[in-house]
Amino acid sequence: MTELETIARWVAPGARVLDLGCGDGRLLQHLWKTRQAPGYGVEIDDAKVTACLKNDVNVLQMDLEDGLAAFADRSFDTAILSETLQAIHRQEPLLREMLRVSREAIVSFPNFGYWRARIQIALAGHMPVSKELPYQWYDTPNVHHCTLIDFEALCAKLGFRVLERVVLTGGKPVSLLPNLLGSLAAYRVSA
Amino acid sequence: MIVTPQKARFTEPLKLKSGAVLPEFEIAYETYGELNAARSNAVLVCHALNASHHVAGSYADDPDNVGWWDNMVGPGKPLDTDRFFVIGNNYIGSCFGSTGPTSVNPATGRPWGADFPVVTVEDWVAAQARLADRLGIERFAAVMGGSLGAMQALQWSLSYPQRVRNSIVIAATPKLSAQNIAFNEVARQAIVTDPDFHGGHYYDKAVVPVRGLRIARMIGHITYLSDDAMMEKFGRNLRRSALGFDFGADFEVESYLRHQGDKFSTYFDANTYLRITKALDYYDPAADFGGDLSKAFARAQADFLVVSFTSDWRFSSARSREIVRALLDNRRIVSYLDIDAPQGHDAFLLDDARYFAALRAYFGNIAL
Repeated sequence: MTELETIARWVAPGARVLDLGCGDGRLLQHLWKTRQAPGYGVEIDDAKVTACLKNDVNVLQMDLEDGLAAFADRSFDTAILSETLQAIHRQEPLLREMLRVSREAIVSFPNFGYWRARIQIALAGHMPVSKELPYQWYDTPNVHHCTLIDFEALCAKLGFRVLERVVLTGGKPVSLLPNLLGSLAAYRVSA
Repeated sequence: MIVTPQKARFTEPLKLKSGAVLPEFEIAYETYGELNAARSNAVLVCHALNASHHVAGSYADDPDNVGWWDNMVGPGKPLDTDRFFVIGNNYIGSCFGSTGPTSVNPATGRPWGADFPVVTVEDWVAAQARLADRLGIERFAAVMGGSLGAMQALQWSLSYPQRVRNSIVIAATPKLSAQNIAFNEVARQAIVTDPDFHGGHYYDKAVVPVRGLRIARMIGHITYLSDDAMMEKFGRNLRRSALGFDFGADFEVESYLRHQGDKFSTYFDANTYLRITKALDYYDPAADFGGDLSKAFARAQADFLVVSFTSDWRFSSARSREIVRALLDNRRIVSYLDIDAPQGHDAFLLDDARYFAALRAYFGNIAL
């Protein structure tokens, strides 16, 4: 099961979706095709914005760091932050904003507690570089890594309820020791 | 692309927003490409302050006179005239061919001059709708414009919601700010206090308020460019070998503005300038809805593309985001681009790979 499929399963048919950091709009395109869920993407990169337009996906070129002032309270059913959390400077306000504009939020991120990452730091003594985290430490868009435990602690602090969690490694669900054996985590949360 | 300007004459009176009535009028226009059999590929292009219906191509007898948006509109261009039937039109009140202050007032047999009514964006759109009727276009694939042209594209979606499939709104604002109005007022004061203005009846006197027009253009021009763009273009470069310690043009930028002002005053009409700046000042579609832009857009049915430029301080990106917010509140289909271009308000007229690629992609997805 891919991350895309996980997220799609959590989006109700016809739900209004906001995809933050939507890239080329592939997820929104998929949600429209499979769930008839209309939505908007937010993206800052020029080339990706153009790719969204080519893919006929509604895209708004805005900086997530500036908040979500363009969106009214509870104007969406699901706000998605797919593998973007780690690239945000100020996570707390953005997560709060997501659950202001939307009933539910889906957040996915590469798990920094994954054993391969741990080994690279603990034994090799360098920052992890992997398929999920392909960047060198000095040349990465990622600024705030976290583990499952860290994210769940932040949800608790913000008063968010975790409705569902899926942990994946190589496209396969992980249930045993997810914070160690999972390379990617996806959460469905509400306020 | 060789094009020929045309005129359409309308003899049914046009009631204006002010309450005044234009007994008859003409619209100057040009077309590019072919209207398809289903009449579904028409795009109306609306111009800004000092442009005209001459959007693209050039004239057989004047090959150097290239349309003002020729980089955007034409065969194989982002607005591809091999696919779309594009109409450039000149708004009423202009001095470039459509009925305006320099036209003859049928009631007097003399030029309208100061008696030409103050026209609004809504009036322009109503007049354009007559042109659309004349050309047999029930519904536009898109209405598109930049700056004041963008206000027309917005207004089309409000005045005739069913007649616009896509509204493409570039470098726009939903209403002028106090600062925007202030700049316009300085320009108007420059014109009306010129001794050659004669209360707007200068045609009879065989004079033109050149000084006023010149200053109006100079101040306008400053607002079209960003601080950085001006610095990049002129810096503090001198026109002379050394500072003159007098009031001649020391700096390149002074000489540039004087040149722009001189040029403008030879071809633009002062009465038109007054009216266009008023049309800008008055435009405020939210005014009838207690200032609530979201309520104003409740009747819109079009899909929207909104484009702003980060260095535009005349109509800043924040103003475009107000439009986007109102559209989102109404669950309209909308995409928004905020292009990090350095040139200021004028960026909407200039080549930019990101801007053009985005528009090409957007037009590419308009089904015909």
